[in-house]
Amino acid sequence: MSAFLAFVFERRAELGRLVVEHLAMSALATLVAALIGLPLGIWLTRNARLAGPMLAFANVLQTIPSLALFGLLIPLPFVGGIGPRPAILALIVYAVLPILRNTYDGLQGVDPALREAAEALGLRPLEQLRLIELPLAMPVILGGVRLAAVLSVGTATIAAAVGAGGLGTYVLRGIATVDTRLVLAGAIPAALLAVLVDLSLGRLARSARPMRAILILVLFAALCGAALVERRSDVPRMVVGSKNFTESVLLGEIVADTIESRGLRVERRFNLGGAWLCHRALLSGDLDVYVEYTGTALMDIFKHPKETERAAVLDTLRTDYRKLGLSVSSPLGYENSFAFVIRKDDASRFDLARISDLAKVQDRFRLGMFGEFLERADGFPGLARAYELKFAKTPAEMDLGLLYQALESGSIDLAVGSTTDGLIAAKGFVVLEDDRHYFPPYDAVPIARLEALSRDPRLGEALDSLAGRIDAATMRRLNYEVDGRKRDPKDVANEFVATLTSGK
Amino acid sequence: MRSARKIKDMAALVDLQEVTKRFGPGAPVLDRLSLAVEEGSILALLGASGSGKTTALRLVNRLARPDQGRVMVLGKPAEAWDVVDLRRRIGYVIQEGGLFPHFSVSRNVGLVPERMRWSETKVRERVRDLLTLVGLDPVEFAGRFPRELSGGQRQRVGLARALAADPPLLLFDEPFGALDPITRRRLQDEFRDLVKRLGKTAIVVTHDLAEACRVADEIVLVHEGRVAQRATPKSLLGAPAPGYVASFIAASLPE
Repeated sequence: MSAFLAFVFERRAELGRLVVEHLAMSALATLVAALIGLPLGIWLTRNARLAGPMLAFANVLQTIPSLALFGLLIPLPFVGGIGPRPAILALIVYAVLPILRNTYDGLQGVDPALREAAEALGLRPLEQLRLIELPLAMPVILGGVRLAAVLSVGTATIAAAVGAGGLGTYVLRGIATVDTRLVLAGAIPAALLAVLVDLSLGRLARSARPMRAILILVLFAALCGAALVERRSDVPRMVVGSKNFTESVLLGEIVADTIESRGLRVERRFNLGGAWLCHRALLSGDLDVYVEYTGTALMDIFKHPKETERAAVLDTLRTDYRKLGLSVSSPLGYENSFAFVIRKDDASRFDLARISDLAKVQDRFRLGMFGEFLERADGFPGLARAYELKFAKTPAEMDLGLLYQALESGSIDLAVGSTTDGLIAAKGFVVLEDDRHYFPPYDAVPIARLEALSRDPRLGEALDSLAGRIDAATMRRLNYEVDGRKRDPKDVANEFVATLTSGK
Repeated sequence: MRSARKIKDMAALVDLQEVTKRFGPGAPVLDRLSLAVEEGSILALLGASGSGKTTALRLVNRLARPDQGRVMVLGKPAEAWDVVDLRRRIGYVIQEGGLFPHFSVSRNVGLVPERMRWSETKVRERVRDLLTLVGLDPVEFAGRFPRELSGGQRQRVGLARALAADPPLLLFDEPFGALDPITRRRLQDEFRDLVKRLGKTAIVVTHDLAEACRVADEIVLVHEGRVAQRATPKSLLGAPAPGYVASFIAASLPE
């Protein structure tokens, strides 16, 4: 416990920033949702025929999974891309329903006799609304705002997946690096924040002067918005991205550190949810550089058929990326292919060494893999076909970071991980050989925007300096430092970059 | 016939002329009902629930509009009035007073003058005078909220609010329905005296024969959207028209 507190205390500066980001996103989303939901709710009470379909539509929006919503928003102009903007937009979409619904219900719930009395007194429609209906419906409406705010604080955790920051950053990073302390360091403050928001809004709602309460809320949200805007300074900088697993974060840090060591400013947008997201972000200019794997780019991003010839893959990619205004740098020097990982006792018990050996256990093995691999062109369906495997049990989908825990605990028998995972050696797991050469090469290579490269030549120099400098053993060791020894990727990357430069 | 009606128009503050009103299919709620209310008189619209009496009342301040026929109010067709102007000339009192629970007594009473842009001092004076008029001590009651009042007190505040802009015409919709018998009788007497003293014209909707007799100069018994009989309380009780009226009266009397 005290170790955890020390761990949190160490990160207090960053934690503080994440809390502010988290609150800012939630507050801004709630404010905008109120600005939409309130008038719309009022309008619906005056157009009763539209109320049903409209509320049903808002309900449907509510059921879209948040990650899917982020995915849908990314390609959109202006509001899309990565960062706080699409995150806030998604939060708004979720926050509108409770406010809309409660505004509508609250106004509908006003005693018709009072509405009629107001009318009969000769109040004009707007006066009736402002003086009678809204004040009487206010407790219900504020209840909706409160619900929306708590919902936003909760959902904002997922916003980290599109690089929006907030406390989800710790949660995602913790899951990616299998670091429970980091998960808790994000999740506990997020939960506390939700409770706090709920309590304070509850107090405001019960206050004798609801109008003043609303004013306070609006001011607070505006302040938070200002905090978000202020973060965007216009000092020129390179934006480095990473996907949401340990190795990608490490590579992101390594690239970022190397760029920084050449005197450039770097903004880190790590833990983005997948290759597609990173690619879109690169195209939209939200990212300047991130490290991709050649096989992934070939088959997932450009949808080419499989190609196992290393040089041919790189050639194809250079041409394809250039057409999009992107540049393929020199490979870093190692490959991270998919690894079929099993426990040692199973390996000896069933005599398993190659993927084709899995035929022996296809009726009993439970598989675990991350969702991307289930879908990818070079992923599980193709592999099962190539090896003529038919597993009796549907593979369980889980986050990369959780796979090895599940394998170790025995809740799955085979994990699809990657060949450079530090935990494989650390936990004594066995990797099955790809004996039918199903997988294309997966060389790690930085992809950068041509525009960024020409904006500052130091970016290209930095990327070139990393060419061939990381081998598979090194990468596995770095991964293990983070996954196995629970060290901060930032520190691990920092040390590594230091050895690179001193070794020169 | 035509010229006779014309002459009557002159003195009538409210004149419903052959009005028909339907809500959906089936028998109309008001069926070519004609009704004139003379200035300075108190008229009770008496009838069972569903008889159309409340709808007739609501035509007067345009809370409802007739499908056919014409409604004349204060010398003009109701349709010709600006609806806000019309309603500010007509006080409206409903059961329990229809007070706004989030406003104090003084805000409830002063709401219409406030909306008519009276000065704050003038509104305050008016509220004080009105509360005194309806028998409530302004010092004690002005700051209270409706939930802190008894049923009778609420009804008094409701009347004060209806009188705020000094309207010539008052409409009462079952105003004493929620009160205990003793309070009800006292308020009925006080209200009648007050309306008479101020020289107002009033229409009172009620289902209670005793109440109608107590407050009204004339009673119109409404049945199935038509006038079943129009008479003074005395002649209604003494000589009810045979059929529905007689049976209504018989059913309303004790024993």
